[in-house]
Amino acid sequence: MPQTETATGFTPETFEAFLASRDEPTWLTEQRRAAFAAFGELPQPHSGMEEWRRTDIRLLRLDKYAPALERPAVDSLPAALLTSGGSTSSIDEDLLDQTAPLVEQLTGVGDTPAETRLALAGQTAALNSHSISSQLIEEHAKQGVIFGSLDQVVTQHPDLVQKYLFTRAGDLRYDRFAALHAAFWSGGTILYVPQGVRIEQPLYIQSSITPGSADFGHTLVVLEEGAEATLLAELSGGEEAGGLHCGGVEIIVGRGAFLRYVNLQNWDNTVWHFAHHKALVEADARLQWTVGALGSKVSKVNQHVALVGPGANAQVNGVMFAEGRQHLDYHTLQHHEAKSCRSDLLYKGGLQDQSRMVWRGMIKVDPGADKTDGYQRNDNLMLSDDARADSIPGLEIEADDVICTHGATTGRVDDEQIFYLQARGLTRNEATRVIVAGFFQQVFDRITIPSVREALGHAIRRRIREYE
Amino acid sequence: MISRTGEMTDTLKITNLHVNVADKPILKGVDLEIVRGETHALMGPNGSGKSTLGLAIMGHPGYEITSGSVELNGEDILEKDADERARSGVFMAFQRPVAIPGVKMADFLRHAATNIRRPDRKEGEDLIPMREFRKELREKMGQLKMDTEFARRYVNDGFSGGEMKRAEILQMAMLKPKFAILDETDSGLDVDAVKLASQSIAEIGREKMGILIITHHDKLLEHNIPDKTHVILGGRIVETGGPELAQELHQHGYDRIRAAHPEAAAEDDKMKVEAAAAG
Repeated sequence: MPQTETATGFTPETFEAFLASRDEPTWLTEQRRAAFAAFGELPQPHSGMEEWRRTDIRLLRLDKYAPALERPAVDSLPAALLTSGGSTSSIDEDLLDQTAPLVEQLTGVGDTPAETRLALAGQTAALNSHSISSQLIEEHAKQGVIFGSLDQVVTQHPDLVQKYLFTRAGDLRYDRFAALHAAFWSGGTILYVPQGVRIEQPLYIQSSITPGSADFGHTLVVLEEGAEATLLAELSGGEEAGGLHCGGVEIIVGRGAFLRYVNLQNWDNTVWHFAHHKALVEADARLQWTVGALGSKVSKVNQHVALVGPGANAQVNGVMFAEGRQHLDYHTLQHHEAKSCRSDLLYKGGLQDQSRMVWRGMIKVDPGADKTDGYQRNDNLMLSDDARADSIPGLEIEADDVICTHGATTGRVDDEQIFYLQARGLTRNEATRVIVAGFFQQVFDRITIPSVREALGHAIRRRIREYE
Repeated sequence: MISRTGEMTDTLKITNLHVNVADKPILKGVDLEIVRGETHALMGPNGSGKSTLGLAIMGHPGYEITSGSVELNGEDILEKDADERARSGVFMAFQRPVAIPGVKMADFLRHAATNIRRPDRKEGEDLIPMREFRKELREKMGQLKMDTEFARRYVNDGFSGGEMKRAEILQMAMLKPKFAILDETDSGLDVDAVKLASQSIAEIGREKMGILIITHHDKLLEHNIPDKTHVILGGRIVETGGPELAQELHQHGYDRIRAAHPEAAAEDDKMKVEAAAAG
């Protein structure tokens, strides 16, 4: 018998092999089967579909990638953005606070003084969609907090996971990638915070891939009534050899709870990134959600915030920067299902080289969702004549007594601003960086976690090249 | 130039400067020499080329030098970028400074002051220590009667006319240039603000700077009595005198000047027609 290579593609054979490699409750296996069937039935996205009109995925070869069957023989994760974010060689670092970036703070890498390190309440790490480690400080474990690999927790607390997984905040039939993700998710992270428990320190998720691999990580976050937590997630890797991320995030912020969630994708610029993120915000609950989009070859992301109880409040911050031939396509939906809710979205994008960005935003106000206060805004800054940004705001209002506003701007770095700064002694290059940093400051001002602001700021400044 | 004490005295020398804006000649042979420590006033009707001279000296890319030279201590600075000119000690307080949203005044000024004081600084090298810089900034803001909150605001963003002008003077105070061009720093200010600005400029500039005050009025000149007053008309300096010339122009306008220099007055009229046609 000839030596067989590891089977690739998402075929019935690889699906069965994947199921056979896992020891999961029956309900989950059935859910995966339903998702795999949907994957087979749903059409491959194409440019004839409104959501895919601006994003061409004809070059994607799903058959090059494989489900997470074999544990990777790698014992360390690729360097993460938040680790290198504080490079002391980057210019203008003094323009912002001197807080060291997140991972340096938490691991003590580099010369960060101990007293400024950010203490974490817990962290999980995954490589190629396999969980590698997970930790939660004991104090919170004793309070009933669950934080760890979704793979493992689903066997330890099957009822809890069954209650939420693809039931309320996830739709496995949304499109073909949603189905693929629901069929093949692995690794992943769950955060469950019981009623009234407040976790002061952030929890941190790191997911990476080795070049050519795939990540199917799923994140499930449930905050019960009055709970509070901060969750930081970072995706990176795939150096120069490509990769695939087909992910999903489900968030439920219970009545009166407060979640700060940061999702930063910093894949190598060869990685395909598809994701569906959805949060439900219940009565009087608050969500501060920050999305960082720096990496990937092509991204197509749906970010959906549903305000499902009266008095719910969501703030959404987007920080995007694209270079080379990167193509980032983010669709946001602020869905006001209940009355007296507030949603406030600000996405800012910087584009360099021949990159392309699409932001398509919608505020949807259901009948009866009176006294809605909805806001959405997208500003883009072009650093090259060859880049292109499309901003498509939208409103769908079926309630009374509603305040909904939207706006979008696309501009260039202004020569008069550059001259002004040069006339004060800054080089052209420094002037450009300062102007771009200023452009993003408005959204950084909204991000209440200094290390996140800092890491994003450093990463963007490092990417800005000589601007002519 | 050698001063009485035998030290080199800094000199800014403009020779036969011709400048086009959008392919239209605006300056048609300007000669002007300022020695550090002197105050010069540059006056002239609207559209006569006053601001153009300042922006051309500073290196604005929209101002094309078709001939002539601008020398700082004998070295032509026209080949240099605006930032190099700034670092060699030339400063301009702009008539309409541009806003830089998201960039705090203090951060911007710290970066600028570092580059000006350490002209050889490479990008990415350390800035002036924060503590040291803050102390100095606070002192200067106190002198200019500015609220310290100002340092946290974004550069010129949402500033009133008066705030912008004060911010420009603050920058001059922090950057301590050898030569400063003040372009209509008195416009848009009320009487008290002009007085304060005038006093501040005198205090900052006394014996430390060569100053070129571009103005319509004589208000700024009250505390900054010019060693020389130049009148520009039709893109050329047509008369140079002492403080009494500024006084005369302020009281009696440009009729005598225009009558004495009919060719320049005709040029001036032509430029105004062209400017109006260009919109």
